[in-house]
Amino acid sequence: MAVDYLYYLRADKLPHMWCPGCGVGVVVKSMIGAIDQLGWEKNDTAVVSGIGCTSRAPGYMDMNTLHTTHGRALTFATGVKMAAPDKHVIVISGDGDATAIGGNHFIHACRRNIDMTLIIVNNNIYGMTGGQFSPTTPYGAKAATTPHGNIDPSFDLAQLAIGAGATYVARGSVDNARMVQKYIRDGLAHHGFSVIEVLSNCHTQYGRRNKMSDPITMVDWIASQVVPRNKAEKMSPEELQGKIITGELHRNAERPEYTDEYRKLIERVQAKQAARAGARP
Amino acid sequence: MSSGHSDKSEIVFWQGNEVVAEAAIAAGCRFYAGYPITPSSEIAAVMAERLPEVGGTFIQMEDEIAAMGAIIGASLAGKKTFTATSGPGFSLKMENIGYACMAEVPCVVVNVMRGGPSTGLPTALAQADVMQARWGTHGDHPTIALAPAYHREIYLCTIKCFNYAEKYRIPTMLLLDEVLGHLSEGIQVPDPSEYEIFDRVKPSVPPEKYFPYDSSFGDVPPMATYFEGYRFHVTGLNHNRTGFPTTDPEICQQEEMRMIRKVMKDAEQLAEYEEYRMEDAEVAVFSFGSTARGARVAVDEARKQGIKVGLLRAITLWPFPDRKIYELARQVKAFVVPEVNLGQIILEVERASHRDMPIVGVNRVGGVPIPPGEIFNKIKEVARDGR
Ligand SMILES: Cc1ncc(C[n+]2csc(CCOP(=O)(O)OP(=O)(O)O)c2C)c(N)n1
Ligand code: SF4
Ligand SMILES: [Mg+2]
Repeated sequence: MAVDYLYYLRADKLPHMWCPGCGVGVVVKSMIGAIDQLGWEKNDTAVVSGIGCTSRAPGYMDMNTLHTTHGRALTFATGVKMAAPDKHVIVISGDGDATAIGGNHFIHACRRNIDMTLIIVNNNIYGMTGGQFSPTTPYGAKAATTPHGNIDPSFDLAQLAIGAGATYVARGSVDNARMVQKYIRDGLAHHGFSVIEVLSNCHTQYGRRNKMSDPITMVDWIASQVVPRNKAEKMSPEELQGKIITGELHRNAERPEYTDEYRKLIERVQAKQAARAGARP
Repeated sequence: MSSGHSDKSEIVFWQGNEVVAEAAIAAGCRFYAGYPITPSSEIAAVMAERLPEVGGTFIQMEDEIAAMGAIIGASLAGKKTFTATSGPGFSLKMENIGYACMAEVPCVVVNVMRGGPSTGLPTALAQADVMQARWGTHGDHPTIALAPAYHREIYLCTIKCFNYAEKYRIPTMLLLDEVLGHLSEGIQVPDPSEYEIFDRVKPSVPPEKYFPYDSSFGDVPPMATYFEGYRFHVTGLNHNRTGFPTTDPEICQQEEMRMIRKVMKDAEQLAEYEEYRMEDAEVAVFSFGSTARGARVAVDEARKQGIKVGLLRAITLWPFPDRKIYELARQVKAFVVPEVNLGQIILEVERASHRDMPIVGVNRVGGVPIPPGEIFNKIKEVARDGR
């Protein structure tokens, strides 16, 4: 059944502010597709973001939306979810937002394992502020603040999420929207903290400085680097040099989910209280 | 402040910090997020214990920035929320305090002040964050900050902070200091009949007619709750009445002015104070928080020596009691302003007096309370030579 995208969008807020061809559009479309597949109610869903091009997404979505401060989306989202554990909370964030200024919140959200989903649109750059390098800018790349080439080592976001304890981690790329939607859907459906990294194109700020100023060239470049996990498993380390593995990379259904744990804690405390009250003469 | 006594309730011995926590629960707070810091940590400990008992939520976050974000998020989901901290943590909270001002989200921030700048004197008192409480976050914004001096008053002021947060849709501040936070004092827990509880006004219109900043309902627009069908947008960007970003200079100016006006039009009612032996006073001591306890002793001592001196004790620091100071500046010939900092609130006394007159500070920053004797000496000096 075809998805009625406009049903989920605030049509009066269009046209959007993104550059034509920006990869964030693929991610928003996939998000809506996934929400629709799961049948989530708009009223029951909150979409939270920080600051950046990516973080403008919630404004276009007809849900309970929260555009917060740079890097802090997960902290606000934690408050929303802990206050309303039976509702859905999705966070959408840029690579800088989620893992530079928001890096501490990111690892702790993974550790806590609250049932929320973080979608990181990794375009390897600070898009909104004019193309400064981010924690995921590749070695040697040009950015507004690496005019002589980037010497900063970069993060592998999916590995970082796995290491920090996220219980569902997947990586997709905007050249394969179908899979992006699948990972988002699986992440949303997962009961625990899920992270979906989406490799995306910022041709305007990253591509322009690195000989890929149009979206097609840049998406082709992304496509040329990614290798699906099942294929990668059959490749040698030499063949995998410079490749980025996509797919569902991690899933753990064992770790307790945090709002469940807190609910049990309340039950325990209140049972003790009741017993104490009953014991009183 | 209400001062009714209820004989039915027993006397409990609580630290100031415990008073805050118990009062928060009485005020209807059901969500606390924090990060440990001396001398405020007991507040978190009591909240961690008490909130589950009343079905509320406690969460210890990874830092103060996160704690501030979490209480804003939980408030949008309908809870009364607060966080408590001290100097270094107060600094970290500033950006998201500004967010709560801009997005008009009720919440309470408690700062149990300690010595500093920086890590300073973690276990010793100061009153050096009073200007930070007013101006710490960037941009123009409204502030309500209460600074009680006695444990019963801490209880009632904590409740007022929640009420004002809900009533004005702002982050309000409760300023204690290390001495008050850690001092155990017997208090009779105020009976609910002694205070009011105010809950935010929710929209009376259906979702399709709702705008989160619709000033046709007044300067404090009704606030919807997430997940109740209103599906509104919240941003820290300048926005119009719909909640969506705008850069229109007229709208930005009007909205920022409304945000200030909603508090300042009630400034006089908000600016509570206590006058002690002020009737015939020729010298006024202006003080707040734990320092005011010593100031009171100094006033009594000076009165014994025939000096006509009184105490104006601010309970609300922001909005500042401008009018009272203005009036007093026409009654007394001098002000003495003791504060545990190097001269902050004295600037406000100077400003509000609108008069060239002796206004002298008594200041300490070494982490110890100002001895009443020092205040007394200054009163004597000023009474003698007007300086
Ligand atoms: C505290 C703070 N520091 C800096 C900024 C400026 N700033 C806005 S967006 C941004 C980077 C955004 O990059 P990313 O998160 O990767 O998002 P993108 O625009 O690439 O989607 C920065 C540094 C800010 N808004 N707040
Ligand atoms: S600057 Fe980059 S990230 Fe921002 S909208 Fe344009 S292409 Fe997208
Ligand atoms: Mg980016």
